[in-house]
Amino acid sequence: MRRILKYIRQREGLRVLFLIFPSAFWLIVFFLIPLFIVLAISFGRRGTYGGVVWELGVENYRRFFDPLYLRIFARSVYIALATTVLCLLLGYPLAFFIARRPLRARNALLILLMVPFWTNFLVRTYAWILILRGEGLINLVLQSLGIVHAPLPLLYNDGAIVVGLVYAWLPDMVLPCYAAVERLDYSLVEAAQDLYANNVKAFLRVVLPLTAPGIIAGSILVFIPSLGAYVTPDLLGGAKSMMIGNLIHQQFLTVRDWPFGGAVSFVLMAVMLLGTLLYFRVGRKSAERGA
Amino acid sequence: MSVSGTVERPGSRAHRGWGRRLASGSLKLHGLLVFIFIYAPILVLIIYSFNSSRLVSVWEGFTFDWYAKLFQDEAIGKALKNTLVVALSSTVISTVFGTMVALVMERYEFWGKLPFDALLYLPIIIPDIAMAVMLLLFFVMTRIPLSLMTIVISHVAFNISFVAVVVRARLADFDRSLEEAAMDLGANEFQTFWRVTLPLLIPGILGGALLAFTLSVDDFVITFFTAGIGSTTLPLRIYSMVKLGITPEINALSTMMLLASMLLVGLSLILQKGGGGIELG
Repeated sequence: MRRILKYIRQREGLRVLFLIFPSAFWLIVFFLIPLFIVLAISFGRRGTYGGVVWELGVENYRRFFDPLYLRIFARSVYIALATTVLCLLLGYPLAFFIARRPLRARNALLILLMVPFWTNFLVRTYAWILILRGEGLINLVLQSLGIVHAPLPLLYNDGAIVVGLVYAWLPDMVLPCYAAVERLDYSLVEAAQDLYANNVKAFLRVVLPLTAPGIIAGSILVFIPSLGAYVTPDLLGGAKSMMIGNLIHQQFLTVRDWPFGGAVSFVLMAVMLLGTLLYFRVGRKSAERGA
Repeated sequence: MSVSGTVERPGSRAHRGWGRRLASGSLKLHGLLVFIFIYAPILVLIIYSFNSSRLVSVWEGFTFDWYAKLFQDEAIGKALKNTLVVALSSTVISTVFGTMVALVMERYEFWGKLPFDALLYLPIIIPDIAMAVMLLLFFVMTRIPLSLMTIVISHVAFNISFVAVVVRARLADFDRSLEEAAMDLGANEFQTFWRVTLPLLIPGILGGALLAFTLSVDDFVITFFTAGIGSTTLPLRIYSMVKLGITPEINALSTMMLLASMLLVGLSLILQKGGGGIELG
């Protein structure tokens, strides 16, 4: 044993192999191979009793463009976009508010922002059911104030999904925006104002372009997980508000059409990979500019 | 510094001051509203968990009954045990493997490093649901029966990446002159690693472990697809309870989980104060 350890110490290549092997093994066997299995299956065909028939073709990907599925995709994009815009409207001013506090207050506010998001995702989603449902808090308040007489249908629709997703991903918007706003050099804003720019102009021409990398990064960080959401539409959405995540679930567990489910998964992954590459590009550009 | 003082426009300073006060006032109000939005659901949950009415939304009086029920519920006890078994084992495995791989990625050059780096990041990027179906299909096709083991395997598969990212961040601003000093004082590589490198890395490693633990306890989607009969975890239990109908027990259980994660956050903040490399978020 000692001799083996000594040998490993002396050979750098062996050391790399020793350190990398467990993770590489795990990631290849339990991630990369499953990924390729799904990729391969997505070109196959569903057997009569489920399972896969290996007649290769792109039929499953073509089927994705069927109006039925395209509509689900469009709805997912629409919900993810609405979530992103709402997060931006809530998060960007909040980033400003936090960034302009004294240092101690800033850190406290950031922690205050993060704490709820360390709690279980399911619990956080469930809390919104308590608030939005027919006998929920909002309807209770509205009815006791006499503003409405019948409970409003707040739960089990697209709006409820958006609220749940905004609640889930808001910090992902605030943090990059905050990082950009905090770096902002206020003397530039003052310079613009000295050059007779009014507040609106100074914001549009100076503040907005300088904080754009934060806005873009935050938007991508919110859009990507919202697009792939599964739990939120499942719990807060109605029977008709299926998103891509739910379609994948349905194809794998209910319909048992693995090939089509695999194809849908790959379309989703492709969109997300694109978004992630974009995110890293923005990150690199802003780093270059900041240097 | 600026020349603004010399080219004063009539009324411009006063006007700007007024506008600024308005802007900062509305920013404050907005901030307050957002924080209400963030904390209201949590408060509602906690308050309702002490409500004696079976009808969740009507307040009848204060009670601990639902908590008492919770502690007697055997199914929840078993789910808690399963959750901890999965979280602890996946955390230990992924922390050891993730730290090892972080060392390699940060300190060595080797053939195939770039594609391996991409592979290492992929589990973080990929949507839960895609990873879940992938793993389910793999276990079905390889005839590995679904159990607690398959959950642990799946959790390790995504946690290695998260641990590696946290530890690498810590390694990136590691002062290597400390290691050189140890070597100069006659320590061999092995001693240097155990006595200098590893102790300095501990906050980062603990941070990674804590993240892995949290992610494992929190995970629903991947667990849902890779769990066998009898390997229900707490999130799976809450899910099926919510699907069956809203009951005060769910509020009590949710509040307990809330409390547990607050404790974890507190712990991580203390770690961070002690020089940990873990970033919030």
